[in-house]
Amino acid sequence: MDGSWFLAKKQSTLRLRARILQELRNFFIARGYLEIETPCLIPAPAPEFHIDAMICHGWFLHPSPELCMKRLLAAGYDKIFQICRCFRHHERGARHLPEFTMLEWYRRDADYRDLMDECEDLILHLAAALDRGNAICCQGQVIRLQKPWERITVHAAFEKYAALSVEEALDGDCFDEVLTARIEPNLGKEAPTFLCDYPLALGSLARVKKEDASVVERFELYLAGMELANAFTELTDGEEQRRRFVEEEDKRRRAGKSPYPAPEPFLKSLESLEESAGIALGLDRLVMIFADALHIDDVVAFPPETL
Amino acid sequence: MYAASDLRKNLRIKMDNEPYIVTEFNFVKPGKGQALYRCKLKNMISGAQFERTFRSVDVFEPADLQEKKMQYLYEQDDKYCFMDNESYEQILLTADQVGDVRNFLIENIEAEVLLFEDRPLGVTIANFMDLVVTEADPWARGDSVSGNTKPVTVETGYVLQVPPFIEEGEKIRVDTRTGEYLTRVKD
Repeated sequence: MDGSWFLAKKQSTLRLRARILQELRNFFIARGYLEIETPCLIPAPAPEFHIDAMICHGWFLHPSPELCMKRLLAAGYDKIFQICRCFRHHERGARHLPEFTMLEWYRRDADYRDLMDECEDLILHLAAALDRGNAICCQGQVIRLQKPWERITVHAAFEKYAALSVEEALDGDCFDEVLTARIEPNLGKEAPTFLCDYPLALGSLARVKKEDASVVERFELYLAGMELANAFTELTDGEEQRRRFVEEEDKRRRAGKSPYPAPEPFLKSLESLEESAGIALGLDRLVMIFADALHIDDVVAFPPETL
Repeated sequence: MYAASDLRKNLRIKMDNEPYIVTEFNFVKPGKGQALYRCKLKNMISGAQFERTFRSVDVFEPADLQEKKMQYLYEQDDKYCFMDNESYEQILLTADQVGDVRNFLIENIEAEVLLFEDRPLGVTIANFMDLVVTEADPWARGDSVSGNTKPVTVETGYVLQVPPFIEEGEKIRVDTRTGEYLTRVKD
């Protein structure tokens, strides 16, 4: 009885979720993107120190579909998108599910600035399709969606909100603490915010910025203080990518984490990857924004604890 | 030992030799960054509260808390006396340590006293207690509108809202966790 009441109560949110999924597909298909599917079960995820893949019979449930999607990109598929389940061990909180839904899209001949423009168009398309006009009400604040949205560098955001330089935060080993406690709550409040140009050390698959070699072309999109998407101008230099993977994998092993084999076919495919950009957007969080939900459990039918 | 990923609301941990309870818990993680565990902790002895953010590498000792079955004996000068069912040893708890439970304490009932290295921290009793109403306004018969309530006093001196038909001398069942009336009890 209780169980079905909790499900019944979610009906309007689950209907909204279904509409959002439909509208996302409409948006990408109208723009000439091809919807693709890649395996959830993979032999080697991208080594990232802070993302733990779930092990499944010696292989891994993918924490993101990025490696397979980039192989397709390298093979000449120039505009692709995917909506799929991703898995990350130990990630559970008001904005985290260990199994969650990701929207990823990739484009050839584009950089992270093009993806910022496309994010603006995407959210505006959804707002219009859902009759929200040019503003979303979320957490008691009105977020105006008129273009262009705020673009602030990580460097400027640290100075502005934390009165601390990025170098000081990195040296003091408190970058994530400062980012989450003092910066993120200020982002995307009146209008969505792109936090861009991350320090080189924090851009595992992103290209170094042409104008400033100390940062990478990476951004995160924030709405209502919540991180919604992460994007890169993709690193296309196979040697550089291999070097960064070895570094991350070393860190993983030194910390006693489960070893990942090198994703060789992906690394090899980078030889034919031209300039391109890619982005991963948390679909559950996108629904949270439009449903004005405080907890990720509110926008999925079955949080793991209810199974 | 607990890992940071074991942290959750109501977990009890030991830090600097004192017991703490997690009263609020938030998992935070920037997409490419590390997992952070933002907690509000309450010192179970002093009641002091503060915020702490932990990382996934942090580990914690469980607070070595014991729950002992005891019998409630009496109250004197704002101290509440309990007796250990096994050793027959008697201990005194302060009103603060007893908390809201004191509203439902009647002599000789069973209680579980929470101890940290032999220091009492708190007490829990059965979720439901049947208590005699010692003071109640008479039922005005015309007043049968459902949802109406009136205050009554029970044998422990506790005052609560009940339906208007409850009369002096009757027994009612009270939820000791919420302090609310549940039902009338017929002996």
